[in-house]
Amino acid sequence: MPNVMLRNNAAGQLVLYITKKDHEETVVALEHSGPGAWGGEMQLSDGSRFYLEPLEQTPKLPLTVRVKRL
Amino acid sequence: MTMNRQETEQLIQEVLEVYPEATGKQRAKHLMANDPTLEKSNKCIVANKKALPGVMTARGCAYAGAKGVVWGPVKDVVNISHGPVGCGQFSRAGRRNYITGHSGVNVFGDMNFTSDFQEKDVVFGGDKKLAKLISEIDTLFPLAKGVTVQSECPIGLIGDDIEAVAKKSAREIGKAVVPVRCEGFRGVSQSLGHHVANDSLRDWVLHNRDEDNSFESTPYDVAITGDYNIGGDAWSSRVLMEEIGLRVIAQWSGDGSIPEMESTRHAKLNLLHCYRSMNYISRHLEEKYGIPYMEYNFFGPTKIAESLRKIASFFDDTIKENAERVIARHQPVMDAIIAKYRPRLEGKRVMLFVGGLRPRHVIGAYEDLGMEIIGAGYEFAHNDDYDRTFKEVQDGALIYDDATSFELESFVERLKPDLIGSGIKEKYVFHKMGIPFRQMHSWDYSGPYHGYDGFAIFARDMDMTINNPCWKNLQAPWKRGGTEALESAAA
Repeated sequence: MPNVMLRNNAAGQLVLYITKKDHEETVVALEHSGPGAWGGEMQLSDGSRFYLEPLEQTPKLPLTVRVKRL
Repeated sequence: MTMNRQETEQLIQEVLEVYPEATGKQRAKHLMANDPTLEKSNKCIVANKKALPGVMTARGCAYAGAKGVVWGPVKDVVNISHGPVGCGQFSRAGRRNYITGHSGVNVFGDMNFTSDFQEKDVVFGGDKKLAKLISEIDTLFPLAKGVTVQSECPIGLIGDDIEAVAKKSAREIGKAVVPVRCEGFRGVSQSLGHHVANDSLRDWVLHNRDEDNSFESTPYDVAITGDYNIGGDAWSSRVLMEEIGLRVIAQWSGDGSIPEMESTRHAKLNLLHCYRSMNYISRHLEEKYGIPYMEYNFFGPTKIAESLRKIASFFDDTIKENAERVIARHQPVMDAIIAKYRPRLEGKRVMLFVGGLRPRHVIGAYEDLGMEIIGAGYEFAHNDDYDRTFKEVQDGALIYDDATSFELESFVERLKPDLIGSGIKEKYVFHKMGIPFRQMHSWDYSGPYHGYDGFAIFARDMDMTINNPCWKNLQAPWKRGGTEALESAAA
């Protein structure tokens, strides 16, 4: 259950930053991005996957959250 | 001689042959030929891994990163090197982080404070000593704005609770007391020390004035982070920000102070120079206070112009116009410098092996002088640094991560560069090999190199080093061959 920071990079892509590992990766697919729910399964550009308990609203980024490694 | 990717790969193979099989396999992952089209580095280079036993690495420790790099330049705090005396003494003022003020009165950057651990402190613990030390410091140096406790290895080993002491002492003296858990054995290099120091700033300093809104901010307030004012770097950057109409309200951490850091939250933009050592706090500032951060590069006129335009793009048209005016005003001076030095430096080949941001940031400055980078590497970079480096370096150039002294020397012997930019540990080795060398960690006792003012000094220094007549005289006359040499030896 790593602590990660989600933010938008200069190009507007969602990136996931694993604080402890100092590792940043672009999110290529996000399960819920629409109104009502935001989060769920995330697919990163290096192939790894994480799960974020869906939030009720689209959050204000950057945001530090706990995610589950899948 | 510019090598293509294949030739570089072959060179790497040949240099690695000398290692035992397992070591060679490990080291091969840290060396590569550059491919500027790559976006991500993690498939092709391994970084931020423990150095192998038996090889000579140039890395430092977590304490070096926290005390030496991040906290050391903060001028109005007393940095206690908590532990035996040596770490503090040998890291004192070595990076030439310039500060303004009166040493021992209101600035303390060039002094060494240590708890001077003895055997009995290791046996019985050093917490009492530390508490006493902090109250003594408060008596002797009443103008100090804070105290930091920079742990050396024994503190972690004996399990002292410096956080408890810090909390208690902070209440007692009414100032920030920051425990920094930067024991030298933590992590693989000084890089973890940067992270630890950033976290200590976040947890113990940054929010101290969140309730105080007496600071009058303007829409043009910016903070400079990751500039350690080596030889005056932050000052020569700061004048440019001010020239384009911005107000620098905080410097992190070169010539910086605790009150500046506490009021950083009023900044509208965070200008990040050294990404490696300050990205952690920048990310936090963005999340907590909504201050966006932007990486910039103030080495060489091309990159400065690019960066000034990028900085200005965050602000209104006045700033944008100012930026154009400032660039235009400095351009003739820069052109004159390039006209003077470029003919003397054109085509010279450079190898870099430094830390932090330099192997990628200084490339623009070298290229402005017509020089070519044939190898670049970091002592303690992470993969995100290499992501940023590949685009800057030419195709086929050698990239080395945490190069061992053997590898670096072998590469130099084979590639025969005209200039090497690296640290003090490499300097005299290459001097003896007869290769021009600049110590690029603290600008070889020169500087500043940032900004337009810095580029003038940079160009002069590179010329002075490469075209110095001494390099021709390193070989004994009778070894040079030819009758002329023999005659002069006989005479």
